[in-house]
Amino acid sequence: MLWACVLLPQLALDAVLRRRPDPEAPLALVTGPAQLRTLHAVNASAAAAGLASGMRLVAAHALLRDFAMVDHDPSAEARWQRFLAAWAYRHSSLVSAQWPGCIVLEVRGSFRLLGPWPTLQARLRSELDALGFRHRIALAPTPRAARVFAGLEDGLAIPHAATMAARLDRVPVRRACLPDGLGVRLQRMGIAHLRDLRALPRDALRRRFGLALLEHLDRLYGEADDPLEYYLPPDHFDSRVELGYEVENHTALLFPLRRLIGDLCTLLSIRDGGVQRFVLRLEHERGPGGGAARGAAHTDVEVGLLAPEREPGMLFELARNRLERVAIAAPVVAMRLLARELPAFVPASRDLFDTRQQQQLPWPQLRERLRARLGDEAVYRVAPDGDPRPERAWRRVQGDDARIGPAPPRPSRPLWLLPRPIPFVERGLSAGPSHVEPDLAGSTHDVRASGKAAGQAPLYGGAAAHRGARIVSGPERLESGWWDGADARRDYYVVETAQGQRAWAFAAPGEREGWMLHGWFG
Amino acid sequence: MGAVVALDTLLASRTLWHAGRSAAIAADGEPTGHAALDALLPQGGWPRRALTELLLPADGVGELALLLPTLARITADGGTVALVAPPYIPYAPAWQAAGVDLAVLQVVEASPRDALWAFEQCLRSGACGAVLGWPQQADAAALRRLQVAADSGACLGFALRDRKHAVNASPAALRLEWVRDAHGRPAWQVRKCRGGPAPAQAFVPDAA
Repeated sequence: MLWACVLLPQLALDAVLRRRPDPEAPLALVTGPAQLRTLHAVNASAAAAGLASGMRLVAAHALLRDFAMVDHDPSAEARWQRFLAAWAYRHSSLVSAQWPGCIVLEVRGSFRLLGPWPTLQARLRSELDALGFRHRIALAPTPRAARVFAGLEDGLAIPHAATMAARLDRVPVRRACLPDGLGVRLQRMGIAHLRDLRALPRDALRRRFGLALLEHLDRLYGEADDPLEYYLPPDHFDSRVELGYEVENHTALLFPLRRLIGDLCTLLSIRDGGVQRFVLRLEHERGPGGGAARGAAHTDVEVGLLAPEREPGMLFELARNRLERVAIAAPVVAMRLLARELPAFVPASRDLFDTRQQQQLPWPQLRERLRARLGDEAVYRVAPDGDPRPERAWRRVQGDDARIGPAPPRPSRPLWLLPRPIPFVERGLSAGPSHVEPDLAGSTHDVRASGKAAGQAPLYGGAAAHRGARIVSGPERLESGWWDGADARRDYYVVETAQGQRAWAFAAPGEREGWMLHGWFG
Repeated sequence: MGAVVALDTLLASRTLWHAGRSAAIAADGEPTGHAALDALLPQGGWPRRALTELLLPADGVGELALLLPTLARITADGGTVALVAPPYIPYAPAWQAAGVDLAVLQVVEASPRDALWAFEQCLRSGACGAVLGWPQQADAAALRRLQVAADSGACLGFALRDRKHAVNASPAALRLEWVRDAHGRPAWQVRKCRGGPAPAQAFVPDAA
């Protein structure tokens, strides 16, 4: 295996600079308690003015009157390291970010795909430049050696184990990334190079400095296995940009938004996924209530798409359109982009001879999308069942596996079934009585309702033959269900209502009142 | 001369309609399964890649009977048919008896708020041969979205709506309204159809 180490000498500073529109302006990261503020890192133009890390803030102000100050956030550094690990993951399947300030990745496996080391190295560098991170890159047969070499010399590549051991022997102990700051201690003892350290008896070294030092040396020279904590890409995206100043108009939010979208798209292309919905959270300065209202005030801007996408330009335009429609009620101090679901991205390319639509989505994917929003039970198929009772003669089928058999032969059934039978009152006549009394008057089959209360208008006015409800066929006697308690004894009729609907209604056996509607023939 | 050429181009691209001369419309519609209705429609059937609107006085007046031959044929060919937020339970034995292959008949339950979204997703995806929806609150803009979705998904969209919407303009390619003909029989009147004037004659399902 061959390991490349990407050392990030000023990760914290780059993370701040890359989201500022003018990275050339003097800027310093400030840390320490309020009384004793010191500079943690400075950018090039601030350094040119004489500022240096470790300097007191007061002294810095004396040197340079006007420079931007940003609070140093150690957790942000770890977050950016994770982000870069995600970036490295697209060049290699074995990536580790276990050491602070650097990323190691196995590259031999990637040579066939991405080209030999010079090509790959150039690619890494150009991508890091585009992302806005200063870097030093080195190559070695073990990850620890690559890390040491990256600290020594940018671009050092030693692919052979023997050469590596010879070069390592000449490395000063102070630069060998020894655990617990042992490098400085050993140097003060007069042990200058790793060669000298390795020449010492191992037992004595272990007794004096602990096992960690020996393990480090063995792993550095590739004499022992080096189990790394490998990076696993997360299944969601959550990134936050602290603005450092209060923003009240949309234009000032666009630059950090473009960065956030760019980072999201980087993750998406690594995961080979797309994003369909994400939330832009605008965090406001906490209210005058002080600590109590902390973190409560934010505005969420939801961005939803019809299909998963990962084109940065398009996502940016979409998010920008949504953002510009939102009124910024309070000054914004930070912006956060949250994408919980990253569905698989379907590229718009198809088989040459496929006559189907370019952007066609297979049904399973569409079903998953529908279920994601509507609930797991929302999409189903229907299948006939053997029970004679209509409400039990069908069932829902989830998934694609179940076979659907034929229904037993029965007289004609309605296409629509009501979830439960309801008293049969024709629509629009809800003020009427709850039941009608159909009267099979000879050949006309007219169902005329005789209002029970005196003077009440008939339900289905018999003005014209076709305007009344009439029984088309029936009865179909159904007696079933004595075995499970849900006993059903009904006479089913097909009834045509005044509006022309064909209804499936039932009454108690032998009776012509208390009609219940159970379905429509459609 | 240049103007004449431009006019011809416009006529050819069907952006200009020449009154009194029926433009040659390719009869490439999806057969409805009712010969009399096919004869009425300029495309000889349901317009493909488009939304068809059925305007009903109530549920259960024969709208499914109108659609079932088409649905049965689509499912028999393996195409998926989706019912988005149907007003009642599609009763499996009856649909099966009507010739619909239940293996590819998908029911999508959705609240009224989500129903339009689900309808559009199904139309746009291209995964379905036909999609039936019951958009009650949809306005013209929503219907236009559905129409565009049906076009990009290349499927038959059927929007079943209340008859009161007949007075509103609609971007649907075909609109059929349930009426009673002179003899009091239920009939389907074409209110709008793309590619020609709406025929005056109504389609009476029971006439045959």
